[in-house]
Amino acid sequence: MRYLPQTEADQRVMLAKVGAKSVEALFKDVPEAARLKTPLDLPDHQGEIEVERHLRALAAVNVSAGDAPFFVGAGAYRHHVPASVDALIQRGEFLTSYTPYQPEIAQGTLQVLFEFQTQVALLTGMEVANASMYDGPTGCAEAVLMARRVTGRKRAILSGGLHPHYRDATVTVTRFLDMEIDARAPDPSAREDLAAKIDSDTACVVVQNPSVFGQLRDLTALADACHAKGALLIAVVTEVVSLGAVTPPGAMGADIVVAEGQGLGNALNFGGPYLGLFAAREKFLRTMPGRLCGETVDADGRRGYVLTLSTREQHIRREKATSNICTNSGLCALAFTIHVALLGEEGMTRLARINHERAGALAKRLERVKGVKLVNDSFFNEITVTLTKPATAVVSALAKLPILAGVPASRLFPERAELANHLILAATELTTDADIEALAVALEKELAA
Amino acid sequence: MSNTPGTILGHRGLDHEEALIFEQDSPGMTGVDLPAVPAGPDRLGGLARKGAIGLPGLSEPDIVRHYTRLSRKNYAIDSGLYPLGSCTMKHNPRLNEKMARLPGLADIHPLQPVETVQGALKLIDEVAHWLKTLTGMPAVAMSPGAGAHGELCGLMSIHAALEHKGHGHRRRIVVPESAHGTNPATAALVGFTVDPVPANARGRVDLDALTAKLGPDVAAVMITNPNTCGLFEGDMRIIADRVHAAGGFLYCDGANFNAIVGRVRPGDLGIDAMHINLHKTFSTPHGGGGPGAGPVVLSAALAPFAPVPWVVHGKDGFSLVETAAAAGPASAGTAKPFGRLKGFHGQMGMFVRALTYMLSHGRDGLARVSGDSVLAANYIMASVSDVMTPSFDGPCMHECLLDDRFLKDTGVTTLDFAKAMIDEGYHPMTVYFPLVVHGAMLIEPTESESKRSLDDFIKVLRGLTAAAKAGEVARFKNAPMFAPRRRLDETRAARSPVLRWKPKLEQGAAAE
Repeated sequence: MRYLPQTEADQRVMLAKVGAKSVEALFKDVPEAARLKTPLDLPDHQGEIEVERHLRALAAVNVSAGDAPFFVGAGAYRHHVPASVDALIQRGEFLTSYTPYQPEIAQGTLQVLFEFQTQVALLTGMEVANASMYDGPTGCAEAVLMARRVTGRKRAILSGGLHPHYRDATVTVTRFLDMEIDARAPDPSAREDLAAKIDSDTACVVVQNPSVFGQLRDLTALADACHAKGALLIAVVTEVVSLGAVTPPGAMGADIVVAEGQGLGNALNFGGPYLGLFAAREKFLRTMPGRLCGETVDADGRRGYVLTLSTREQHIRREKATSNICTNSGLCALAFTIHVALLGEEGMTRLARINHERAGALAKRLERVKGVKLVNDSFFNEITVTLTKPATAVVSALAKLPILAGVPASRLFPERAELANHLILAATELTTDADIEALAVALEKELAA
Repeated sequence: MSNTPGTILGHRGLDHEEALIFEQDSPGMTGVDLPAVPAGPDRLGGLARKGAIGLPGLSEPDIVRHYTRLSRKNYAIDSGLYPLGSCTMKHNPRLNEKMARLPGLADIHPLQPVETVQGALKLIDEVAHWLKTLTGMPAVAMSPGAGAHGELCGLMSIHAALEHKGHGHRRRIVVPESAHGTNPATAALVGFTVDPVPANARGRVDLDALTAKLGPDVAAVMITNPNTCGLFEGDMRIIADRVHAAGGFLYCDGANFNAIVGRVRPGDLGIDAMHINLHKTFSTPHGGGGPGAGPVVLSAALAPFAPVPWVVHGKDGFSLVETAAAAGPASAGTAKPFGRLKGFHGQMGMFVRALTYMLSHGRDGLARVSGDSVLAANYIMASVSDVMTPSFDGPCMHECLLDDRFLKDTGVTTLDFAKAMIDEGYHPMTVYFPLVVHGAMLIEPTESESKRSLDDFIKVLRGLTAAAKAGEVARFKNAPMFAPRRRLDETRAARSPVLRWKPKLEQGAAAE
């Protein structure tokens, strides 16, 4: 076995030192009845050649995004990741280290986290950010729990523009703590009046921008309405690239910003691992969940970094911690950090503008397709259209070509019959004019059939 | 002041001082060439971002050098033995990384039509099959993002099962004092109260004390096995029977599954739920703090309450159940999902790596993994027990627990000892955990170390012990001397938190 360095001769010497007859004898505390007697019904070990063959066969069955014109988004986005990002995150010193419990020999990871927290704060327009959550939806649930801690109130209002995975993760996690969640009906054209729903029991309003349907809205008035009633505004961003072109939630009065960071530095990976970005006003710092990296000095007075304010965390506070999170999304955060560092101000804003321009080209072309109607009056890089036929069947038909035409709204909201013909499509810097044309032609044909 | 000689820029050989990217700004520079954007009206609804974001501009060579230099300030498994108890810092095979990057697995979207991702769904199903077979459990929830998230999944399943039985009043969770901090933190999140139970003199949970705590308000017992003292809880089956008789469930923290994988099936011990840290037992990289993956195996009693989504293997291939509504009405079938924990379908990238690892090892290799890791820990314990102080009699499982009795009257603390190990070229063991012994040192060598590597490590442990006993206190108090940084002022970091870089002007303004 290539991964196991102990030789039989080594083991004889080691067992002699331990004073045991066999390795099996070291398991004497395991009751006899609990020890496996017969081999498990699983294959024996294999070499790289056989294992690689097995995995490649599984991969070959899938239609990957690069194999087809691709318009799928709704919470995960296909962007170009510069080659140096993946080369750097595979350095063993990053890849095979762990949580920086010993800061003197983890300054690499810690300085990255400090840069990450700064980037997230700048992009979201907030004062402080933590060192990441599992993903956007889990971050959203944590934000609502944080609003409960800050306000002492138990009611949360979730916008109908919120991605249902964010809604469901929040409902699931908060129900055990007697929270009342008012999840509003799906709202493709952003007409809902959330301000009117805020009362003196409201801990927070959660609103996604752009919405799951791609629609943008100015959150300023909603933030004012929240603050007038002592509630917090939680802004959710599922497409982090939008922050290069769109007014950040922090500038519109949000108190907590939660985002899915996958779109920068990280592949689609069929849904994970991703990384949750979590930023807040500094005055709420001590109620934040998750790890925080802070600057300090060492015994020689040199600048250095440590994990800090850990009295909020489970390994110190146990049942009184602000969250139970331990392992987070370190390596995904590193990929994010490197990608944003490579882009810089110039690249980040240009990338966002290209995405917007591509979505504009997509919208413009689709508006000329008979049977397709654009729902949005504003958008960043994702739009919702209505079709004259159920979107699921159309998407399946186009997948055979193959064209990956987007996400039928019914996949996200299966209980909503009125959304059966709604289709959500994203464009990014990887979307070509030829992709858009192929989609338009295929859609026209399918809708006419 | 430093008592090491200075250099012009502060660099020391291979160790470079490295400014933050924000301090290396060349305005207008970028490391990514993107096409120009045609000018035109935007459709941002009046929300175009105004003013600069504040990101610095650097070229690709600048960035590659910056992060390469930073990487060299990290200790890692690739560079040495990493005996961090409870974390299972084993070798991370590079084949795992290669497979996770196949476009057919990495460049697929979770919301593509299921007919275009049949291989991906089959892969999740295969990982589930391995986990169920290795644990002897009938079901597994694949979506949790890490161990603590898996705990949440397990306890929520228990909560849902109790409510379904009309036992919603059961709110107490019995947790040994030696538990990971995540256990009580998770219990609190699910609205349970935590009732600690002490360990006995043998480092196991006190069976009588635990039994006395069982009653009509107990929801579950939550136990780590092998436990955090590195010992097997031999009474697990009895505990299971008793908690079941009392109407509760048994949750097992599977953080230490590496010690028994391929040899003992937790299902045979009567557990109802256990999370499996794929980043521990199944070698997915720790990545400086994640991402992890924490699938939870479930008993037949808890399986119906597992969260969405899950993969279904039908006659037309694989499909996904993504919403409670799609699971069908609770009255019609057995599925009563308690909800959704995470976006999409789980940590797919970690599933690819874990499956690669499982196939590489096979059932025979996995049994060797547990055996070799347990032998390595016992070898260390036996090799230092004459000079250091193991907390409990052996044999231990895959980690050995020492306490600080051997440092009595030396003036050296567990922390000092750990920092001195850094100067000797090692990452320290887990220190001050578990809380049940004084000045704990929890050493987990894993199966990845050769005897030669273990012998070197033992030499260092013995040598430092001798130095402490010989009164070389300064060597410990000043440690580390040879790391990129000496001891850092954590009090200062917490008292006046600086959590992000700010431009000089803003820093000055904030100070006023």
